[in-house]
Amino acid sequence: MIRDITLGQYYEADSLIHKLDPRVKLAFTLIYIISLYVGHSFYCYLFAALFLAGVIALSRVPVHFMLRGLRSIVVILVISALFNIFLVDGEVLVRFWKLRITKEGLVTAAYMVVRLILLILGSTVMTLTTTPNDLTDGLEKSLSFLKIFRFPVHDLAMMMSIALRFIPILVEEVNKIMKAQMARGADFDGGSLIKKAKAMVPMLIPLFVSSFRRANDLALAMEARCYHGGEGRTKMYPLKYQTHDYLAYLVLLVYLACMILVSKVL
Amino acid sequence: MRNILIKIRDLVHEYREYDENDNLVKTMRAVDGVTLDIEEGSFVAVLGHNGSGKSTFAKHLNALLMPTEGTVIFSGRDVQEIENLWELRKEAGMIFQNPDNQIISNVVEEDVAFGPENLGIPSEEIIARVAFALQRVGMEAYRLSSPNKLSGGQKQRIGIAGLLAMKPRCILMDEPTAMLDPEGRREVLRTVHELNRQEKITVVMITHYLEEVVDVDRVVVMDHGKIVMDGTPKEIFSRIDKLKEHHMRVPQVVELADELRKEGIALPEGILTVDELVEALCRLR
Repeated sequence: MIRDITLGQYYEADSLIHKLDPRVKLAFTLIYIISLYVGHSFYCYLFAALFLAGVIALSRVPVHFMLRGLRSIVVILVISALFNIFLVDGEVLVRFWKLRITKEGLVTAAYMVVRLILLILGSTVMTLTTTPNDLTDGLEKSLSFLKIFRFPVHDLAMMMSIALRFIPILVEEVNKIMKAQMARGADFDGGSLIKKAKAMVPMLIPLFVSSFRRANDLALAMEARCYHGGEGRTKMYPLKYQTHDYLAYLVLLVYLACMILVSKVL
Repeated sequence: MRNILIKIRDLVHEYREYDENDNLVKTMRAVDGVTLDIEEGSFVAVLGHNGSGKSTFAKHLNALLMPTEGTVIFSGRDVQEIENLWELRKEAGMIFQNPDNQIISNVVEEDVAFGPENLGIPSEEIIARVAFALQRVGMEAYRLSSPNKLSGGQKQRIGIAGLLAMKPRCILMDEPTAMLDPEGRREVLRTVHELNRQEKITVVMITHYLEEVVDVDRVVVMDHGKIVMDGTPKEIFSRIDKLKEHHMRVPQVVELADELRKEGIALPEGILTVDELVEALCRLR
């Protein structure tokens, strides 16, 4: 059933990675991505890949779930690989017609592909092991320093969690409206692209109208339940760092230091 | 004599429509001079057909709308003079018609915690209150579920739990059963009746189903923004012609009893349920 769709791609498992504070995981992802740009040698990537493999093993998420995230970037991988193979200057290995393949080109392409794969895998680990709610909480907490610049962190987090709640409801509504319009003879499948786009209008307008009505109702309900912004608000489960969270930060620091060391020495 | 919780005096509410130059185009008097005392701990039903002003009236009781004229005094305080309105709203919680549009979180227990979180209550206390509220409405088994997987009646009970977690003195319900199936309707009504009896919470229920008001303490019928009838269910249902005059659909049993009475069968006044009618008919022989 469409109502049961889970947003994001959270994979339920009992692992150390799942238990980590979402703020730690956010920091991990950010530092990991940065670390991929620290060095450009074979050993750097090997080290980064080994580290990630360790994290994935700890997370107890089946590897094919991780790899699924890569499917969406296959096209990007192929294109960036081709560009690098054919356009980088250097020692020519093969030449045909107007194209030539260089040794340097092959190496850069390989590095590029590996880096992109690690980058996507690294962030997939986070989304697979953190519920969208935790992620929102983590973002709100991590970005709370922006409040001094009057950036509405709490409001954004609240909007994000409301979106999480209402997307499945709106998806179902889209289905309902589509069926209602199809019953009146609307055709959503046939015709050219322009015709298809035009066919969306009788679906989008009712959807917008009903979304605004829902938003109005929800705002009233929130006010009736004493919502008055983030000021003076408490949490049922506030984020609290545990010992393993501090250890994780330490591991992260050690990883970054090693990465820099590897890039300098090897 | 019970304490008066909400005192309403000559309440008027006008919806005003302006054109683009801020000129008044139209005024619509939705509530037109309502005076009513609601006793603490009572269960009051406000009946009326669509457009009778009953929903507008209800929204004044927790200051979602402010009176155009007249006063609303909640527990001794004039609603228009309360600075932090959430102090009023935590005492007078409201349940709305559409169960989907009043659930904020995608986890049941977090939604129940929304109210207390807004009030700045410490975490341990919130956890205790949420557990209590969910248990009270019989939804503790769904603590960690997604509200999307619940039925309409269950969603309304979650909504009620969300209010209970704020420890209200009064629950206002704006057509809480209008979008529910018969089973959900019974669930919700049973829950509020229990809370009214056991926790002594005042309930004001807006509805247009006469069937739902047979076992309340007091029924107020509104039409054109005015109170047109006020009394116990028995008193109200004994005046079928007047109810019909105000576009109310009378329950079948009540109507049948009335027709039988007209045909000369000596039935007592104020028959509201099938059981009562059966009993009265059996006694005739």
